[in-house]
Amino acid sequence: MISAGELKKSLVVSLWFAFLTFPIMVVRVDPVESTVLWRWHNMVYVIVGSFFLSIIFRYLLHRRDIQTSRKESGQSNPDQTLIHRWLSNTRSRTIIFVSLLAVALAFPHMPYLSSTYQVNIMTTALMYVVLGLGLNIVVGLAGLLDLGYVAFYAVGAYTYALLNYHFGLGFWVVLPIGGILAALFGIILGFPVLRLRGDYLAIVTLGFGEIIRLVLENWGDFSQGPSGISNISRPGFFGIDLTLDQAIIYIYYLMVLFVVVTIFFVNRLQDSRLGRAWIALREDEIACQAMGIDKMKTKLAAFSLGAFWAGIIGVVFAAKTTFINPASFTFLESAIILSIVVLGGMGSIIGVIFGALVLILLPEYLRALAEYRMLAFGAVLVLMMVFRPQGLIGSIRRVYTYTPTKKGTTS
Amino acid sequence: MEYFIELLLSGLTRGAIYALIALGYTMVYGIIGLINFAHGEIYMIGAFTSFIVATILSIYGFPLLAIIVLAGLAAVIWSASYGYTIEKIAYKPLRKAPRLSALISAIGMSIFLQNYVLLAQTSEFLPFPQLIPDFPFMEPIAHIVGSTDLVILVTTTIAMLILTVVIKYTKIGKAMRATSQDRTMAMLVGINVDRIISVTFIIGSSMAAIGGLLIASHIGQINFSIGFLAGIKAFTAAVLGGIGSVPGAVLGSVVLGLTESFATGYVSSDYEDVFAFSLLVLILIFKPSGLLGKVESQKV
Repeated sequence: MISAGELKKSLVVSLWFAFLTFPIMVVRVDPVESTVLWRWHNMVYVIVGSFFLSIIFRYLLHRRDIQTSRKESGQSNPDQTLIHRWLSNTRSRTIIFVSLLAVALAFPHMPYLSSTYQVNIMTTALMYVVLGLGLNIVVGLAGLLDLGYVAFYAVGAYTYALLNYHFGLGFWVVLPIGGILAALFGIILGFPVLRLRGDYLAIVTLGFGEIIRLVLENWGDFSQGPSGISNISRPGFFGIDLTLDQAIIYIYYLMVLFVVVTIFFVNRLQDSRLGRAWIALREDEIACQAMGIDKMKTKLAAFSLGAFWAGIIGVVFAAKTTFINPASFTFLESAIILSIVVLGGMGSIIGVIFGALVLILLPEYLRALAEYRMLAFGAVLVLMMVFRPQGLIGSIRRVYTYTPTKKGTTS
Repeated sequence: MEYFIELLLSGLTRGAIYALIALGYTMVYGIIGLINFAHGEIYMIGAFTSFIVATILSIYGFPLLAIIVLAGLAAVIWSASYGYTIEKIAYKPLRKAPRLSALISAIGMSIFLQNYVLLAQTSEFLPFPQLIPDFPFMEPIAHIVGSTDLVILVTTTIAMLILTVVIKYTKIGKAMRATSQDRTMAMLVGINVDRIISVTFIIGSSMAAIGGLLIASHIGQINFSIGFLAGIKAFTAAVLGGIGSVPGAVLGSVVLGLTESFATGYVSSDYEDVFAFSLLVLILIFKPSGLLGKVESQKV
């Protein structure tokens, strides 16, 4: 199956990587003690690892090229996976949805499986599901790469923290305020940058995200600087005092509710006039304008709706952890949310949910791998773009199939 | 007045270093139209390689000049190799893909490299050995401008001159300009476009490595995360000058360096990075083509 030429190529690659990673992987110097540590075993790992990975990489690349050439000549049908077939059937879709919801609702009460710690992790994963779905509106549907998404999340979190700290406002009052304020920020950011092309837009949003974080860090009078705000109240439950365990389970149920509501909204939004305008915008901006779609309005709607969800989850985040500081809102956080959307499949709701659960839960349960988490996220972004740009469970492009009638063909 | 001159010179030094990194952005953008997000990481790897080599050599007691030359050489060789490899893995398979795919891939590469250095080395700040001695002839003005600043300015100028000559007068430079004007046409007249793209990455990465060495010995410490901020700032400089234009990158870098220097000197040092980011946002909004860039019109 693998020819001698392939093996030789891989051997060259592995030697190249041994050379490439030599200073960083093998040598470790301590300038204070003036000692050098030579870690030759790392070189062996690199050689063996890159040898096999290069074979796999080339094989996958080869397969991808065959597939694209097949697609271009129209031989293969659009990828219809098992999940897609289930989802296209209304009855099985309802069954799947109800059973998933039942599992989610029963989760905190499962013996052996769940503990306060587990429920907490699940809550975090659900928060990322909503964040992913929010970013999916901007990146997946409207095709605007937003690298500063975490800024809106920060706006929501700080809105609740500050209003709670200064005025003692409760969770339920601030929840809509946080969302609306974040949406407003989305419009403020969106308004001037909409003229920009895709990659410039990405960089400006990145800059915007960093500005928000730096301001929060440095404007001590306003945000209490890097030390952050603590003792934020947890969400109230009809005025009843909850114990810590109860409060955690309560927030978990809130998140389940938010996820359901978000899925409902995003799903409806996708099929609405606005949703179709977003998809048209993503596919071709100029053609979309020519069809009479108001580019400005459509883009602003995407930005502000995406930001709205981030703001809501920001409020939940502040209420859940009861402590926030600017360190929670770095660019890496934006990158994690982006990885979720990219891994799951841009524009696909089920994909984003799947992506969030995989990327957040997997590192939590594989503790040994937790420190490689960000390394893996980076690799996921690259590999997904190279081999499967549509994501694990990609959205199916709606295709209008034209079946010529007899009348049409004869004329 | 003296304070003003001090700020002016420190701004020029900053600008010189930004220019070394910004060139990599602008050259890659000029040729394949991609924002090479991982470029800041190449600079970081250059700084790390030179740190490792310099520390080993100083432990074994090599003379200072040999350390500088060997550390610089190692930084250039390894950074160039990383640049070459990154292009082959993360960008080449995406030549025909939409622009956003390549950008996301570049962001992934940047995160990957940061964490690779973090895991293989350390998350702590490491003290960078002082490679550039205080020259005796600089004594009288040492309180205004340090010897390191002088070395940075001179090195950057030489590097720019060499680059200009390469781009303007050599065969490979001609091929690079042709590729950036029209890739298909360049292919038709027999230019090996893949090779030219590789060469561009190698040259850009080498420049970044020199920048890494210089800035690390200027600041005196390094860390796995220095690439991100430096990368963003250099990108700002490249956009400010007009991305894709080599003289523009230098001009933009100097403007950015001076802006930062004066803003921190006269306004507030807390918001040093905010100035750079705000400048970036403002340019992109009001003059996306930059100071010396060409206006591109879009076609269907």
